[in-house]
Amino acid sequence: MNKEERLIKRYKAEKRFQFYGKAAIFMALLFLVVFLTKIFSTGYTAFQKTWLVIPVNYNADLLYLDPDKKPTTEDINDADFYEFGIETFINLDPDASEDQIMELKKMFAFTFERELKYYLLDNPDSFGKTVDVKLTASDDLDQVFKGNYPRDIPENRRRASDYQLKIFDKLNEDGRVISEFNASFFTNADSREAELAGIASSFMGSLFSILVCLSIAFPVALLAAVYLEEFAPKNRFTDFIEVNINNLAAVPSIVFGLLGLGVLLAVFGLPRSTPLVGGITLSLMTLPTIIIAARASLKAVPPSIREAALAMGASRMQTTMHHTVPLALPGTLSGTIIGLAQALGETAPLILIGMVAFVNTIPGTPMDPAASLPVQIYIWAESAERGFVEKVSACIMVLLFFLIFMNLGAQLIRHKFEKKWN
Amino acid sequence: MNSVIFLTIVLLALSSYFFGRKKAILIQSNKRLTALPKFYGYYLAIWCGAPAFLLYALWSIFEPSIVRFFILSDYSSQGLLEGELNLFYEKVKSLSRNQYSGELTAELQRSAEKYLNFRDIAKWSKVVIVLSLLIASTGYAYTKISNNTKTREPVEIFLKGVFFLSSLAAILTTIGIIFSLLFQTIEFFQVIPLFDFVFGMHWYPAKAFVRDASEALDPSMYSDTFGAVPIFAGTFFIALIAMCVAIPIGLLSGIYMAEYASKRLRQYAKPVIEILAGIPTVVYGFFAALTVGPFLKDLGLSLGLEVSAESALAAGGVMGIMIIPFISSLSDDVITSVPQNLRDGSYAMGATKSETIKRVIFPAALPGIVGSILLGVSRAIGETMIVVMASGLAANLTLNPLESTSTITAQIVVILIGDQQFGDPKTQAAFALGLSLFIVTLVLNIVALSVVKKYREKYE
Repeated sequence: MNKEERLIKRYKAEKRFQFYGKAAIFMALLFLVVFLTKIFSTGYTAFQKTWLVIPVNYNADLLYLDPDKKPTTEDINDADFYEFGIETFINLDPDASEDQIMELKKMFAFTFERELKYYLLDNPDSFGKTVDVKLTASDDLDQVFKGNYPRDIPENRRRASDYQLKIFDKLNEDGRVISEFNASFFTNADSREAELAGIASSFMGSLFSILVCLSIAFPVALLAAVYLEEFAPKNRFTDFIEVNINNLAAVPSIVFGLLGLGVLLAVFGLPRSTPLVGGITLSLMTLPTIIIAARASLKAVPPSIREAALAMGASRMQTTMHHTVPLALPGTLSGTIIGLAQALGETAPLILIGMVAFVNTIPGTPMDPAASLPVQIYIWAESAERGFVEKVSACIMVLLFFLIFMNLGAQLIRHKFEKKWN
Repeated sequence: MNSVIFLTIVLLALSSYFFGRKKAILIQSNKRLTALPKFYGYYLAIWCGAPAFLLYALWSIFEPSIVRFFILSDYSSQGLLEGELNLFYEKVKSLSRNQYSGELTAELQRSAEKYLNFRDIAKWSKVVIVLSLLIASTGYAYTKISNNTKTREPVEIFLKGVFFLSSLAAILTTIGIIFSLLFQTIEFFQVIPLFDFVFGMHWYPAKAFVRDASEALDPSMYSDTFGAVPIFAGTFFIALIAMCVAIPIGLLSGIYMAEYASKRLRQYAKPVIEILAGIPTVVYGFFAALTVGPFLKDLGLSLGLEVSAESALAAGGVMGIMIIPFISSLSDDVITSVPQNLRDGSYAMGATKSETIKRVIFPAALPGIVGSILLGVSRAIGETMIVVMASGLAANLTLNPLESTSTITAQIVVILIGDQQFGDPKTQAAFALGLSLFIVTLVLNIVALSVVKKYREKYE
């Protein structure tokens, strides 16, 4: 091999190496794109909800009410809307057999009784008349309408039967199938039925946990960081605290869940499944993150600031509280927000302290049982029904939205308020 | 009641700030003060709030066990077991709350009345004693205030004390972790021999479903149930798969970012790659279970391979993607901190850029890179949700990445999800697994951090 050939070979190796580097970055970015596309493409349909608009005859006889008298709210509340609903569904196909009637019923969410009742309560004038009422479609039909369910597979492998599809197509031709923004996804609590399940309860659970976490972790971490940076003597005990903080930052999150279970629940007897316990557990987890961020920004305050204050006769404490801490606050705050964003996405410790329970009420205080957004993702992802797949993706989209929002907020605080010292 | 006392203490402390300041301002009109008036306010507020709050906190912690002692002291002579006493006490408590639905005995009724009585006495004596301490300490401090009282120093020492206590939170957390894990683990090893746990080849915690207390103490029931070898093997296997994905991609992109990338590419690509580290792990888990698992299964079918829908490959691969940014950022930092003169020396000898990287910079940065990889491994071992959702929950001892395996973290979740019973070997097994996880990650972190630290010192 002569000199030229060797050189060519070396240059080729150079090109190859650069290509590997580019390929690695490309792979990482490609994964992110595939991942986000997948989540968005499966999730966006969950923001739409399918309704079936059917003619309903609010006939007094069918409701066993007095036809000559306008019914009061109490009368309507006491009336039986189950049988009434069934009668209404039979009108869609008067020749339906017993089995087919049950199939007709299953085309609607099980809340049809309530929906029929509330329509009448809201529109008392429709008593005795036939009106069009909007009812929530079952999640099987919802998925069919959104195109998430293949229709061309054999009937026994399908959730929606041929008969249901026939009726559904007929309704669709008449323009009686409508799709609207799914507000109930944001206002409903969790439910076993995919078409009714919403994120309100888990959102409140997350909110309470994060608030508890913030109110414990931020003050404790800030004060600890101030002590370690400004007051702590250089000795072995201080070193020990430092080592401790660095190690805690790398302890797997599930270990904090075991801590919450073994100490907060078993020893202190705090209530299970509540955002209070979840928040305390998460605060122990975010504590080291915030302490490290706060120390870094305290360190970045130049000594000249402290010396100037001391020279003017301020005490060490006054120097710290009046000058150093305010200057370090933007960095600390952005570190806190990043720590909270991590806590918001955390699942495993919350599962261990029981925040994985099925909660169909919206919690009003941190002492009520609740789930959290990531735990809701886990619960729904484990459900077999197809309708939950899009819900999971939509819930992920909501969670990612909050994470992006928080991280941008942290960036903004850092850029806008942090002083650059040069 | 508790919150009322707490709020009273806070309000009184706040108002005593104003009293203290007012007195100082009055003194100031004819004498020189040794500190600013507000320090007199702080001084009084601390004297008012701190002792009362401390007493209140201690009282609240010890009250239940003292009441329990008094109630049960009547029965201590009867030679009952600890468990029976506990059960009896729980019955008394629920009866006093009118939530008891079991059989009523005269003993129970008497104890419940006594319990309510004690609680009442305790409550009111708490109010009286805490408030009188508050008044006494405030009065003492108020009369002490004069023009030459030292107020700034005590206030600052108090604040410093509070700061110091906050810095102990990290130590307390560590102690809490170690104790909660150790306590349960020791109980576990009293039933299951350590040897069976560390070297046993079968892990079926579901078998250890305890029907009554006498069975729980019979060790023969648990032979071949809590052998952790398949779990440990699965953990390291999945971590290995993850690192096979994360190390090449992470390291190469880190090197490219540090040495080749233009400023613009660095500015945009680096934060975008770091988004991967910010995505919650449950989201990765969902992606692995919904997309990657079925994809690998179909791919395997078309190649004639038997691939489980919950394969170790899917979980490990997705976990690897999650770890890419940890390795790429850290190795980027490490490579950037290699001194420029090493590069210049290599270029001067006629080496190309890639030769310089491979033969000069990489060896120089190796300790730091090893540190970053070790941190990545510790992440992989501690990762929970991806494995819970995408890999199997049955512990198979296998080295085939296409089959499903389970990990330490996944087993902890499997055991502890739903209702747990403390004192049951199954629950304790989860804590034993947690302790092993804690020790492994701790050792990895200490080694990694010390390697990185040594490396930094070398070039600073």
